[in-house]
Amino acid sequence: MYASVYIAGVGVISAIGNNVQENLASLEAGAAGMGEIRYLESVHRHQIPVAEVKQDNEQLAHLVGMPVSTSRTALLSLVAAREALTDAGLEAAGTLRTGFISANTVGGMDKTENFYQTFLQDHRQGKLRDVIDHECGTVTELVADRLGISHYITTVSTACSSSANAIFLGTRLIRRGTLDVVVAGGTDALTRFTLNGFNTLMILDRQFCQPFDEYRRGLNLGEGAGYVVLVSERVADMLRQEPYGMVSGYSNANDAYHQTASSPEGVGSFLAMSGALKKAGLTPADIDYINLHGTGTQNNDIAEGTAIKRLFDPTYPPLSSTKSFTGHTLGACGGIEAVFSALALRNGIVYPNLRFETPMKELPFTPETCYHSHVPLRHVLSNSFGFGGNCSSLILSKN
Amino acid sequence: MKAFIRATGNISPQKTFGHPAFLPEAVAYERNRLSCIEPDYKHVLDPKYLRRMSRIIRMGAAAAMECLREGGITKPGAIITGTAYGCLEDTGMFLSKLVEQQEDMLTPTAFIQSTHNTVGAQIALVLGCREYNNTYVHRGFSFESALLDALMYLEEGEATDVLTGSVDEITDASHAILSRFDLYKKDPVSNLGILPATGKGTIAGEGATFFLMSAEPGDADYAVLEGLHTFYKPGNQQVIENEIVSFLRLHDCMPADIDLVITGRNGDARGDVVYDQLTKTIFHGKEQAQFKHLCGEYPTASSFACWLAANILKTGTIPAAMQQTGIASAPAKKILVYNHSNQIHHSLILLAAC
Repeated sequence: MYASVYIAGVGVISAIGNNVQENLASLEAGAAGMGEIRYLESVHRHQIPVAEVKQDNEQLAHLVGMPVSTSRTALLSLVAAREALTDAGLEAAGTLRTGFISANTVGGMDKTENFYQTFLQDHRQGKLRDVIDHECGTVTELVADRLGISHYITTVSTACSSSANAIFLGTRLIRRGTLDVVVAGGTDALTRFTLNGFNTLMILDRQFCQPFDEYRRGLNLGEGAGYVVLVSERVADMLRQEPYGMVSGYSNANDAYHQTASSPEGVGSFLAMSGALKKAGLTPADIDYINLHGTGTQNNDIAEGTAIKRLFDPTYPPLSSTKSFTGHTLGACGGIEAVFSALALRNGIVYPNLRFETPMKELPFTPETCYHSHVPLRHVLSNSFGFGGNCSSLILSKN
Repeated sequence: MKAFIRATGNISPQKTFGHPAFLPEAVAYERNRLSCIEPDYKHVLDPKYLRRMSRIIRMGAAAAMECLREGGITKPGAIITGTAYGCLEDTGMFLSKLVEQQEDMLTPTAFIQSTHNTVGAQIALVLGCREYNNTYVHRGFSFESALLDALMYLEEGEATDVLTGSVDEITDASHAILSRFDLYKKDPVSNLGILPATGKGTIAGEGATFFLMSAEPGDADYAVLEGLHTFYKPGNQQVIENEIVSFLRLHDCMPADIDLVITGRNGDARGDVVYDQLTKTIFHGKEQAQFKHLCGEYPTASSFACWLAANILKTGTIPAAMQQTGIASAPAKKILVYNHSNQIHHSLILLAAC
């Protein structure tokens, strides 16, 4: 029997709010976070909609008390990680063995791309201050140092499944008895690098995305950060607040099909979901809500949908993609969606999948389109699939 | 927590790939940037995949394939990779085009291969391996994070064998940038002459090193991995000593039980003082050997040291190239690898003969 691992706190910042309360309010109001590019310097402004956090770097830096020259990836991370620790009542870790396991895909690229403008003309030029935070791990350390966490620190980067894997590792380190507390999740800021990268792949929707719709056109990129505070049973007993739930299942598999595309039948997605169910000792019928990866691309939604069909047919739980609110936040999405899943579990919420119109002809199910509260949820499945065939699923369960 | 090193694959600035003899000689360089000696990849990798792979992917995939070939495994139970910098060449290429062409007329190939999980993903793709696949990107802890995950995965009984390792590359741009941080000695510099340290600066390096780890002993294992520990930004020398002693105690040994310490001395007096201090205290009189004059300094260099330790334990010999100090009375049975990266990331890897 495995030791239980509890979620004691959550924190999130995304295009639909700067904290948990604001995110929940937007989810209830059906208010999406996409819009014209406002903060990112890009020639694609007015052409490609994105889901930006509604704060500039100066405001974010002020909010967290870091220099304004800090990478936006770290600023976003600190906002959400600190909220999660405060929510758990663990601002000061004291003697607890605490870890910070964060994920990101861009690191300090938002600064590096500025540096490169000068550096390319002359390798002796460009402000070093702008590349000092380039590495993914540096972003994690900037935040860990501010949180006062030093016992165990690492960074995961498996593209869009990164932060699900961070939560996965955190859970295992607590189960093993190596750590008592882990702040786990991920962060990513919008950058010209990722915006243009996804643009070359021709999978960016020029309108607001429509996940799981027959006429879906692609994804909207977003940014943000989301963290859960994972604690051992002993720590959970010490805390004043009831935990949100437990991390009961997790699994990571590789699609081994293509560097950027999922296999049409969603082999990796199927293995991740079925592996997580097995780990949790559950059957598909036990799942009460699925927070989909649901990017809105042709490829992801058919692969994920086909895997869900293979696993759940003929009875489907309510399912939705909250990327219809936040956009695809890449390395942060597993963290943000784990926070949403934990909130769903505690508050009995099923989130709507915005802008859904036409069922996909290959699938016998459709996503939930309305906000529902007071739904008795026991087990929530959260999917995160990414480039490189990296597929991860998490199951959160009531205590 | 124990795991057996069944096989290895290593592409480095030394003759480590496809050479039957264990480090027969030290390859000398007269510059502050050591580059890997790359094999003819078409003997190791399917040309169908090779064509699209950038340099770091080739190095990583080839080291991984060699490791699996030696271990007689076609599909490992997990693939866990560490890389601090990720795919710098592809990242730099896409970034340069983005800037030069002002976000116009860009092509996807470099972007696709720029994500940090590309090497691990490409290994999975080539092998058709759908098992657990993870990538750690935490600076001087990248390899250690991957290794810990591998050990835990074996311990959890999720797999019987795991492929784990690390890969990092130097590019012209990365070397130009890192040089500006005053990290390296000025050219020309002889790699074989950087130790003991005089003055500041080291030499840059790179490498791809993979290990096949098994939960159960095999017939021809290199060594057994007995323990692994990392610590971050220790406040002072006393904290470092305490961490090392308590790590050894956790694994039922004392400094006296260690036959050989492989240290991360890199020729920069600012950081090597840490090892010199330990030589006066807990490592007093201990045999020590070095490795960074052979592979250069890079955040995942500890994997190269781990490869050396595994080979020393298997062959019972310490290559002269490792500039050993102290005199061995018998072949080493227990080796401690102690490395720090810029005095921020400290790691301890304990290996024993099988």
